[in-house]
Amino acid sequence: MSEKKESYVELKNVNKSFGGFEASKDININIKKGHLVALLGPSGSGKTTILKMLAGLENADSGDIYIAGTRVNDVKPKDRGIGLVFQSYALFRYKTVYENIAFGLKIEKRDKNYIKKRVNELIELVGLKGMEKRYPRQLSGGQRQRVAFARAIATQPQLLLLDEPFAAIDTKVRKELRGWLRELINEVGITSIVVTHDQEEALELADEIILTNHGKVEQTGTPSDIYNNPKTPFAAAFLGDNSVIENISEFKGFEGIPGKAVIRPEFVNVYAQDESIEHAASVDDAVVSKVVFKGNIIELKLNIKGSEITAYRNVGQKQVIQGENVKVFIRKVFEIDDTKASSRENSIYSGNDSIVI
Amino acid sequence: MRFTRKNKSVIPGFGLSFGITMAILGFIVIIPLCSLVVYSSKMSFAGFIETVTKPRMLASYRVSFTTAFYASFVNLVMGTVLAWVLVRYDFPFKRFMDGIIELPFALPTAVAGIALTHLTVSDGWVGRLFAHFGIKIAYTRLGITTALIFIGIPFVVRSVQPVLEKIDKEYEQAAQMLGASGAQTFFKVILPEIVPSLVAGFTMAFARCLGEYGSVVFIAGNTPYETEITPLLIMSKLQEYDYASATSIALVMLVAAFLILLINAVIQSRSSKIISGIG
Repeated sequence: MSEKKESYVELKNVNKSFGGFEASKDININIKKGHLVALLGPSGSGKTTILKMLAGLENADSGDIYIAGTRVNDVKPKDRGIGLVFQSYALFRYKTVYENIAFGLKIEKRDKNYIKKRVNELIELVGLKGMEKRYPRQLSGGQRQRVAFARAIATQPQLLLLDEPFAAIDTKVRKELRGWLRELINEVGITSIVVTHDQEEALELADEIILTNHGKVEQTGTPSDIYNNPKTPFAAAFLGDNSVIENISEFKGFEGIPGKAVIRPEFVNVYAQDESIEHAASVDDAVVSKVVFKGNIIELKLNIKGSEITAYRNVGQKQVIQGENVKVFIRKVFEIDDTKASSRENSIYSGNDSIVI
Repeated sequence: MRFTRKNKSVIPGFGLSFGITMAILGFIVIIPLCSLVVYSSKMSFAGFIETVTKPRMLASYRVSFTTAFYASFVNLVMGTVLAWVLVRYDFPFKRFMDGIIELPFALPTAVAGIALTHLTVSDGWVGRLFAHFGIKIAYTRLGITTALIFIGIPFVVRSVQPVLEKIDKEYEQAAQMLGASGAQTFFKVILPEIVPSLVAGFTMAFARCLGEYGSVVFIAGNTPYETEITPLLIMSKLQEYDYASATSIALVMLVAAFLILLINAVIQSRSSKIISGIG
């Protein structure tokens, strides 16, 4: 792979509406060659619309779309050199695995021997050897996804788009396939864009995340950047398993911060009554309102100063029960107002200078 | 093989419903058809063969089969186009158009026959136009085919329409993304999807056309060896009180219809296996 860092896919001021519904509002995106990018957002956030406009299956109302430096707004989908894996896979039911993968190559009128060689190569690559003659309905969900992937990259497109590729697959297989897909995309070295509503998927899979909400791009960055430094209230609240606190200044260590804050469970230490507490001066009292056993972790709902927050305790720690009084230390919060979010640490870490009172 | 329901159903009554099914099939379909065999068996086997292979008979088979085939083939193409238009486009009076597709089912066939004959005789509205080019429709095989097209059209439209409706838009988009043109998408992706329903429509229309009598007798002219259809010969045998001959010919038609529907059933079960993923 070349290590050139010029932008390969670019959307400039792209707008799109369906009737009165604005699906894309002034979208600006830059994607570098060879990167795997996740378009992450809740359903209805406009991520699929962006994907369809890139593929040419929807037309942008205004703005420019560039692929490899060429403006493609008026280029037909079939001439854009894009591979697309549909959410439903859209495999041709009356064609075998082999015929499905060979479809694009046959359309290109490639030489018979080349098609045979290429299809067999792809079947090997996606690990479906021996299944060439099966029909899609005779395959499991994961196998169908592999066929869809192989079919999409058969003609060696420069850009691969995947629309919710794991939505129809059960949890365990999904995790396997995620790792598989990541490796495969690296191996093929193709610029890829994955649309997903699953943050775990985006965080694990992508080099870069484009977070969308209400038809706008909220934030762009690496997974750790997006997760650890959310810049907007939406980004702070969407990623992670959060609780929103209306009045953070009531909490010890965050006095003087006006307005709301987002607390992630991993920011919270929970101490049972007889456990030793590291920062005894900065703990609040809380009541356990719910205990949920999650296998590898215990999730607690805590009632603290009239707000409910979520926290974790490890399985090895002493069990707490519903109704128990506990001490809570909050290490960090995301302070949010109407337009932006910023990270705030407990004042214990920064000495006394942030305590205004 | 045991008689079992496929899955435990919330609605009981397998015994009752199976009994009703067998009774209806028996009284309405199987017993009358068996009587055909019984009646014809009054004739010796040699006599049977002689009756059903008379030159006039053979000519009528040829007329019946060729006209039914051409008519069903035309319906195959036109029916697909009609169904496509009804499914894919919106236009005024679409519901009305959709409704009149079934008219050939509802109309007494003789009415259709008389109307078509009047239109296509050499001084009729349509017949006049074709007469310019020296083409005669009424009282020729072309006329028979025309009547059969009218009779058979709902079969193809109504089998293809629901299948077309169900084809996912993503199917076509997938073909498009893989570089297929509009025509390639139709022939390589959509056509394989609708082929089973086309076969079903074609065979049903074909079987129906073979047996069509009412609309054809008026337009056919009924010239022996030329435009005489097999059902007409059955009628004339009946009018001569020659029941044995009539039922013998009918038996030939029955076997033909059965074979056609069997071919359909085989093709349908093959495609449903692919769709359901069994086998």
